[in-house]
Amino acid sequence: MAEIGTTKVKRGLAEMFKGGVIMDVTTVDQAKIAEEAGAVSVMALERIPADIRKEGGVARAADPGLVEQIMDAVSIPVMAKVRIGHISEARILEYMGVDFIDESEVLTPADVTYHIDKWQFKIPFVCGARNLGEALRRVSEGAAMIRTKGEPGTGDVSEAVTHMRAVMNEVRKVQSMLEDELVVEAKDLGVNVELLREVRTLGRLPVVNFAAGGIATPADAALMMTLGADGVFVGSGIFKSSDPLPRAKAIVAATTYWEDPKVLSEVSKGLKAGMPGIDARTLVELDKMQVRDN
Amino acid sequence: MVIGVLALQGDFREHASMARFLGVEVRLVRLPEEVGLVDGLIIPGGESTTMGKLMVKYGVDRAIVDRFNAGKLAIYGTCAGMIVLARDIEGSQAQPHLGLLDVTVQRNAFGRQKESSEEDLEVQGLDTPLHVLFIRAPVIVRTGSSVEVLARVTQGPVYVQQGRLLASSFHPELGSDTRVHEHFLRLAEQSSNQEV
Repeated sequence: MAEIGTTKVKRGLAEMFKGGVIMDVTTVDQAKIAEEAGAVSVMALERIPADIRKEGGVARAADPGLVEQIMDAVSIPVMAKVRIGHISEARILEYMGVDFIDESEVLTPADVTYHIDKWQFKIPFVCGARNLGEALRRVSEGAAMIRTKGEPGTGDVSEAVTHMRAVMNEVRKVQSMLEDELVVEAKDLGVNVELLREVRTLGRLPVVNFAAGGIATPADAALMMTLGADGVFVGSGIFKSSDPLPRAKAIVAATTYWEDPKVLSEVSKGLKAGMPGIDARTLVELDKMQVRDN
Repeated sequence: MVIGVLALQGDFREHASMARFLGVEVRLVRLPEEVGLVDGLIIPGGESTTMGKLMVKYGVDRAIVDRFNAGKLAIYGTCAGMIVLARDIEGSQAQPHLGLLDVTVQRNAFGRQKESSEEDLEVQGLDTPLHVLFIRAPVIVRTGSSVEVLARVTQGPVYVQQGRLLASSFHPELGSDTRVHEHFLRLAEQSSNQEV
């Protein structure tokens, strides 16, 4: 008897994304370019983070009509974002058969206290995290995949680096903990001790962990892989650059050949201007998307 | 004997650890020159269009086909790997693939992710069922005369063999049952002996 929507099946799709690049797209044409460039999946959204940042206002889930057009236009899996805690936006996407939902701090949160109970869904969710505690709290809510938050829409990789290093550092710390120390650590992080024990045994998160938020160049992608990311999301970095297709292809190659400086140097040559970007240190707290949940 | 795992994209880490668990030497393969160092090659699950493009761009596809045709390589493809191995891909013939396995595959034959599933599967030659995961999985819609079907579901064959080529729509690497990998290692052993 075939069983659908199990934890294994949900986490399994995330396993298939590893070593790949997931690209933000806002139109059918962009989705086709992303597929042509070798993206493992596309993230359908109404506005890319750089524009949300610039234009302000409330950012919501994309028009289901647009999501549907993108699903019809490409053969690779399609993801879409919903606001944090917005159960109904997620139900709409699940009904439509989107392959993965990103409960994302890039959109304006719908619930300032609770995240979606993701165990109730047949399709998998990915959520952002800045550290091990956030990551494991999302996993205990049913997230089948984690990504760093970074600082979306800036083209500045430094926050993604900070978050990836934080998660990896905390995992290493947990690996060396004695049982009594682990119990206290679980309490401090606000996570289930069973889950933390799993991290200690595996030496990594129990789900796939991607990098996101500020990746703009092939070298940025390679850097995140070097720090232990399983793959990368690129948001504004591609379609806010002056020549998206070659840059997208180069980022795909860099994510595979992150250990190979020869390939990295070849694919990085001659790319037209990247997105202009914002130094993440110049943002005031209110403008930061990463602090919208924890 | 050395088992290679094509590490362009996908769940190559899981295949590598399962092969290592079975006691063989494992090597990740990303460049054409690395293909010549292995007797068996596993093409993992992942995104077939991504893997296909990278294979062509870096010349890994030619290296695999040449070594296979020289009788020095056994190949096992899972899910995306099955698509990459196939001769024909329904509705997507233009995507880069190796064309070695005489079948036609249909991508995402079960539907989108919400139709992905796990189940117990009867497999020819195994005395107990295999617990398998289908993730946006392909199904075979045509098999050539030299292709043996080892398991099927309602939609069609999902596990096939053609000489030293093995392909499954499902992902044994995501579970703990090693029987499919053990079968593949025996095929790779034959290639390895051939070389001496």
